Amino acid sequence: MSIKGIAASSGIAIAKVYKLATPDLSFDKKKVENTEAEVERLNKALEISKKELEQIKEHARKSLGDEHAEIFSAHLLILGDPELINPIQDNIKNNNINAEAALEETTNMFIDMFKAMDNEYMRERAADIQDVTKRVMAHLLNVDFPNPALINEEVVVVAEDLTPSDTAQLNKQFVKGFTTNIGGRTSHSAIMARSLEIPAVVGTKTIVEDAKKDDLIIVDGIDGEVIVNPSDDQVETYKQKQADFEKQKEVWAQLKDEPTVSADDQHVELVANIGTPDDVAGVVNNGGEGVGLYRTEFLYMGKTELPSEDEQFEAYKSVLEQMGDKPVVVRTLDIGGDKELNYLDLPDEMNPFLGFRAIRLCLERDDIFRVQLRALLRASVYGNLKIMFPMIATLDEFRQAKALLLEEKDNLTSEGVDVSDNIEVGIMVEIPSTAVIARQFAKEVDFFSIGTNDLIQYTMAADRMNERVSYLYQPYHPAILNLVNNVIEAAHAEGKWAGMCGEMAGDSIAIPILLGLGLDEFSMSATSILPARTQIKDLSKQDMASFKEQLLSMDTADEVEQFIREKTNQ
Amino acid sequence: MAVEKTVTITDETGVHARPATVLVNKAGSFSSDITVDYNGKSVNLKSIMGVMSLGIPKDAEITIKAEGDDEQEALDALVDVIKSEGLGE
Repeated sequence: MSIKGIAASSGIAIAKVYKLATPDLSFDKKKVENTEAEVERLNKALEISKKELEQIKEHARKSLGDEHAEIFSAHLLILGDPELINPIQDNIKNNNINAEAALEETTNMFIDMFKAMDNEYMRERAADIQDVTKRVMAHLLNVDFPNPALINEEVVVVAEDLTPSDTAQLNKQFVKGFTTNIGGRTSHSAIMARSLEIPAVVGTKTIVEDAKKDDLIIVDGIDGEVIVNPSDDQVETYKQKQADFEKQKEVWAQLKDEPTVSADDQHVELVANIGTPDDVAGVVNNGGEGVGLYRTEFLYMGKTELPSEDEQFEAYKSVLEQMGDKPVVVRTLDIGGDKELNYLDLPDEMNPFLGFRAIRLCLERDDIFRVQLRALLRASVYGNLKIMFPMIATLDEFRQAKALLLEEKDNLTSEGVDVSDNIEVGIMVEIPSTAVIARQFAKEVDFFSIGTNDLIQYTMAADRMNERVSYLYQPYHPAILNLVNNVIEAAHAEGKWAGMCGEMAGDSIAIPILLGLGLDEFSMSATSILPARTQIKDLSKQDMASFKEQLLSMDTADEVEQFIREKTNQ
Repeated sequence: MAVEKTVTITDETGVHARPATVLVNKAGSFSSDITVDYNGKSVNLKSIMGVMSLGIPKDAEITIKAEGDDEQEALDALVDVIKSEGLGE
């Protein structure tokens, strides 16, 4: 069976299915005679669950760090909690019911109690109890309760969607690829797949229903296709495709240590988007000329409290040191929108993407923001740091953010801490209003980086997570090209540089356009760098620039795409 | 003879998950019965859910009681944990 999806990360994977989905945990409440045996059954399920949690905790500690592993310490304590376990055992003995029913009844009592508390933090502990209960229940029912940490053979992971912590825990040694029901090229799981260099197809809509555990499956991350239980012929065909892809990668690799120059000898900078210090190895291996977007959210996500100044400092320092004198653009905290932090207890919003997020949150909660700024400033002496503020809608916001930065710089200096004097401070351009008056911004910022994922959704008024309006997500729309052009021209008029850190920067149709518009820096997934460098080598910047007026005045995105395909033989 | 000691919580967020985990783990390493009292309620300090269900905030006065063979040792160790975790004094 062949299923179409969205190619999220290139490469071919052929392996058995590992389903990362909650199994069916339904059961019948039954009377039992031998309650001793039933208690024994419960204890055994508890033991297996504890062993698994130990394994998961150890794995999380290695792949995510100590702080992320702590949640599993709490889970382990819950499983060993006499106040929980004794009542379950008593329930079995006193009421002659099976372990499944006793487990559910007793844990539900606790879950309800925590849910009723007037403290958000405590209410979330209800979810912890629910989580561990599910694992024990699965073992009572003799079904697997999957977790990325428990994978110990070569598989393709199949899931509804993958959370950031799921993806962070995927071990490349065993996980050959993954495929999901939901998501698009810019969804979190897709971005992570590219940074891990694991082939992935997302947005298949039905793969979780179509594939069973241990089925053989092919994930074609080049053309966005998934094949469940392929024929021998298909397996052969895809093995060949896999080999061809490896060869293609070798050709790309020849340009690894070369600068990026167009056919008419014009240099542009190809840099990478990263999420953690671990991603830097991928940037170096793929010949990145720097980091164009370091998303700092991951330091804040999947935890129970804010990361400390020192913890952040270590992460920033590590990235800067690994990159040497190459530029590293760090984006300050962009939380809110689709990225929540439950320990901040932010109220739900009707339109989170238009709401209290990123710089808006940071300026109001400057207690949080200052910690990050201090960590960045302290790290600045270890490399070539540039700081970028996200979601800037007004000049006022930029001025306020920069003032806080300078204030913290003064504070550090007076504390006797070394801070670099050459930190460029720029903004991410993702709000149309900012793109429109880029000329005014260009007088004050040191650089622009155009965040196309958000710029497109705000300009077209189309939620990029909503599949029913995904047709409006049109990177080549003339409106987008005009905004991008406006930003680049504004930067150059003031002697500043303009980059782009959205998915568009690594797109083979967009690259010729952006080259012609004069974009200085292209920031993309590390694995896109070498293909992009190969493409730019054969493009003439001057030729592309000569199409500028024509492209900007076209009617539709299709027209733009057709034109570029013709001109560049794609 | 049971022993007990009262401490004041100074941590901004009260007794949250991480220190609670450390406390419960430490309590579990002793054979004595150990409880914590707060706001008129008394729970088993070896129970993570018990401790968290108290929802102990900043400035709370809590009383730790231990009774058993290693009661003094247990009480001292737990008070040490509270201090070293920056939870209270």
